Amino acid sequence: MNEIFGVPLPALLGQLTLGLVNGSFYAMLSLGLAVIFGMLHIINFSHGACYMMGAMFTWMALEYLGLGYWWALLLVPLGVAVVGIVLERLLLRRLYRFDYLYALLLTFGLALMIEGGFRQVFGVAGQPYAIPEALGGAFDLGFMMLPRYRAWVIAVSLTVCLFTWFVIEKTRLGAYLRAATENPRLTQAFGINVPLMVMLTYGFGVGLAGLAGVLAAPTAQVGPLMGSNLIIVVFAVVVIGGMGSILGSVLTGLGLGVVEGLTKVFYPEASAVVVFVIMAVVLWFRPAGLFGKEA
Amino acid sequence: MNPQRFPLGYLALLALLLIAPALVYPVLIMKVLCFAVFACAFNLLLGYTGLLSFGHAAFLGGAAYLTAHALKVWALPTLAGLALGTLGAAALGWVMGSLAIRRQGIYFAMSTLALAQLVFFLLLKSEFTGGEDGLQGVPRGSVLGFDLSSDTHLYYLVLAVAAGAFWLIHRTIHSPFGQILKAIRENEARAVSLGYDVDRYKLLAFVLSAAVSGLAGALKTLVFSFATLSDAHWHTSGEVVLMTLLGGVGTVFGPVAGAAVIVTLQNELADKVGSLVTVIMGFIFAACVLAFRRGLVGEAIALFRRMIGEKVQ
Repeated sequence: MNEIFGVPLPALLGQLTLGLVNGSFYAMLSLGLAVIFGMLHIINFSHGACYMMGAMFTWMALEYLGLGYWWALLLVPLGVAVVGIVLERLLLRRLYRFDYLYALLLTFGLALMIEGGFRQVFGVAGQPYAIPEALGGAFDLGFMMLPRYRAWVIAVSLTVCLFTWFVIEKTRLGAYLRAATENPRLTQAFGINVPLMVMLTYGFGVGLAGLAGVLAAPTAQVGPLMGSNLIIVVFAVVVIGGMGSILGSVLTGLGLGVVEGLTKVFYPEASAVVVFVIMAVVLWFRPAGLFGKEA
Repeated sequence: MNPQRFPLGYLALLALLLIAPALVYPVLIMKVLCFAVFACAFNLLLGYTGLLSFGHAAFLGGAAYLTAHALKVWALPTLAGLALGTLGAAALGWVMGSLAIRRQGIYFAMSTLALAQLVFFLLLKSEFTGGEDGLQGVPRGSVLGFDLSSDTHLYYLVLAVAAGAFWLIHRTIHSPFGQILKAIRENEARAVSLGYDVDRYKLLAFVLSAAVSGLAGALKTLVFSFATLSDAHWHTSGEVVLMTLLGGVGTVFGPVAGAAVIVTLQNELADKVGSLVTVIMGFIFAACVLAFRRGLVGEAIALFRRMIGEKVQ
């Protein structure tokens, strides 16, 4: 059997893995949004800008410092996390007392500033970034060729997501986090430094976005505009999945990436909107989201 | 503010606007008026119902295209084109609203943004919109025998329509319906427990806001004789939030002041600083949120109250 519904099998599987790669980015970004939302009760609109910064830092590290992919993989997420932590400490922290919408608007403003700043310096055109040598080429699976880099992205993202789930659900640190989410004042009364945890949570969330940016650098043109369109899709993913559960965000992200990939095969015109259409359907039939509690 | 003082303020503003074309380039004021109507419509949701929509560009852009198509291809009379754009935006608002009000708070904002992005892609791919080029060379036509290709004639039409829209929103805010919207903003659970069908009120407010935003988009098409994708882009949704925030959320004049400042600023800066405009807009956003939450008009009202010795809430 070489065809399914008239589509050659290799093409189908190719789009499937590409969908999983995109799904990995959705998963990491929506996981970061969910972690931040759980702790800070805000939606980080600058998440797309952090993802873009991750990719741009990766490119800049090579261009200006001669630091390759592996260094970037280690340093860039930390760099993005530091930027995030500085913004949290200096700006975001002042708004926790107020309506959630002010924090949303502040992060929107920050996203505009970051994106506009990079555009001013680097222009809108994307820059190419080569796949590192060790991850070039493809595995021959017999029935298809699987590019190594795609396998790598999916593996890293799954590992990171599972690790996050493990830390939050199964460790003592995670227990503190969940307690602080549930009742910050009481947790603080027990002697746990809640503001520090808030800061680190935000740093971790945007660091995840930065890591997604590093992973994305060799798969797409690296440019200042790569974050803003992605973040809107990720918002739709979050509305579909709900932010109540970590595994829920990850599964929704991966699943929608696959659906998007398959749409590219069977009905390419709709691939840009399929996630939004699914969101509309979910809103209609299951307003709380697939994994969500009623918000 | 003393309600008896309001009519005087309105009349002064109207008088100023009537003679304005003699002082300032009319196209710029028309642009300000379009965005003022847009921001007032948006404020009806954010300021008076407590709903943050991040998808209002869909109504502005959707109506702009519909009006452009009606005037250019179907050769409808100008007023019919405006009405069609408004009705189209209302219908779109009904669809988007019915979906988005199923979630509250942050999820509402995210779903409106995503639904507006869906509309953006549909406009991008549809044949009638001319894709990336947009619809250009839309005829302005004439109204009551006045040829609208004259900027002055068009200015007074735009002013009349904008004043009408402003009056409609003002009436809505101060009607019993508007009081219920404010009750929903203050405490939704209580409004439910008082027996109000909150979802119906929210939907009605959403549709009304969408319709008036559509009217603004239709007017904008007339002013510039074209409709482009940038009207439907999420940047525009962000701009209207910024205008309302800068002017003062939940004040009657705030959105007008905010629109005037932002449009003028963009007009002045566009050629000089390039993409730094986005940075400046982002900066104003952050500054408003951090230091200026009442906005220009809100701060002015608070100052006025302090001066006459009233207690500030």
